[in-house]
Amino acid sequence: MPQTHSSSHGYEDDAPEPMPAPAKAESTDALDSLLDEIDDSLQTNAEEFVRSFVQKGGQ
Amino acid sequence: MVEWGRSSNVFLPNASRLYIDVGAHPEYATAECDTLTDLIASDKAGERIVHDLIADGERRLSEAGIDGTIHLYKNNTDSAGNSYGCHENYLVRRRADFRAFASALLPFLITRQVVTGAGCITRTPQGAHYSFSPRADHMWEGLSSATTRSRPMINTRDEPHANAELYRRMHVIVGDSTMAEPTALLKVGATDLMLRLMEAHAVLPDFTLANEMQAIRTVAHDMTGTATVELADGRHLSAVDIQWAYLEAVQSHVDGTIERTAEVDKILDLWERGLRAVREQRFDLVATELDWAIKHRLVTRYQERLDCSLDDPRLARLELAFHDVSPQRGLYYKLLDQGLVKRVITEEEIERAKAVAPTSTRARLRGEFIKAALGSSLDYTVDWVHLKLTGAHQTVLLKDPFRNEDARVQALVKEIEGH
Repeated sequence: MPQTHSSSHGYEDDAPEPMPAPAKAESTDALDSLLDEIDDSLQTNAEEFVRSFVQKGGQ
Repeated sequence: MVEWGRSSNVFLPNASRLYIDVGAHPEYATAECDTLTDLIASDKAGERIVHDLIADGERRLSEAGIDGTIHLYKNNTDSAGNSYGCHENYLVRRRADFRAFASALLPFLITRQVVTGAGCITRTPQGAHYSFSPRADHMWEGLSSATTRSRPMINTRDEPHANAELYRRMHVIVGDSTMAEPTALLKVGATDLMLRLMEAHAVLPDFTLANEMQAIRTVAHDMTGTATVELADGRHLSAVDIQWAYLEAVQSHVDGTIERTAEVDKILDLWERGLRAVREQRFDLVATELDWAIKHRLVTRYQERLDCSLDDPRLARLELAFHDVSPQRGLYYKLLDQGLVKRVITEEEIERAKAVAPTSTRARLRGEFIKAALGSSLDYTVDWVHLKLTGAHQTVLLKDPFRNEDARVQALVKEIEGH
């Protein structure tokens, strides 16, 4: 039973994104290295990959 | 699966259940646990067990001449907007006023997403924004006994899998599937503490909501934590206000109705920091423990690097990567390796939970029976309360989920082993 996202239920679509507090430099470095590592695989056919992730029916 | 249980619905030696749900996705139900560490280990073990099926699936693809890899995601929605999520089951004492009891939990369940939500990018025709919970938009009712036709937050189907004179099942289906162990600790731990107070008839603040469906959406889509929901008595409070009052109520009963343990302290500490993170807009306070904050940090950082809009498919791809259950490929596991996500249990506990049932509940008996039967040539049937060898054998009925010893099961196992 496919459902679509509801988008009209009493929230602001243009609510401002809160700014995260700066994380420690050390863990930011680790996070950046990690993103470097996976960047290529995330960029490859991202749109098609995401769109093809659909289940049949479901609960 | 088929090889283990000769069907698509099997109980495993770790006493859990694995089956193919509506929609052809695998569903795993942990065995009954009476500690949070057992539960988290069993849950994580389930991810590994299902992941192990991938290798077999890929081998068969390859044999069929199809070049491809299988990705398995423990997340909450697909790209078409189908929702699945996570079921939590709490065993509670049977009472005449179950519906009122369950209804009283709804304001807690609706607002807890600001700490226990999986976090997600929500795409709308007007653009994208970050939300606390992907599951929230799929809830259409507070209580119902149907789950596929309607979308209740609590499924009231009366199926305790235990002595029905004593017990009732609180079947919560409003929660998100999450990856981080501390998030699971808080999600189930705080809910358990709330239920303990409610069962002890403690006086709790009345936050009955005027409109539950609207409230859950308002809360989900407001990352500032300032949006208010209307209460039945006309007040307007934010999710953080409501959660804070519940937290204080629970705190006031520690060393009384609630025995203080290191684990309880851990839950309360994370609960409080999670609420502060939202109230003070300091997401770093929980950025290694709560899924929504871990993912928010990932998404924000990657978005900065790509200099793209929030609805960019590469960010959706990043979200999927976080929920990939593969210990080698999944982004959650890479974060874990880098110390960017905290743990509650050990790798050894997860490995053990893949093969061995929790020892302090009925699960132990089921696990021992299945293990013995699988090692024999005998056919058997098992469900949550029954154990039976096929043929002229009696069915062993296990109605007490807290009982982990039983002479009948011992005799049965002995018989199998001597066969």
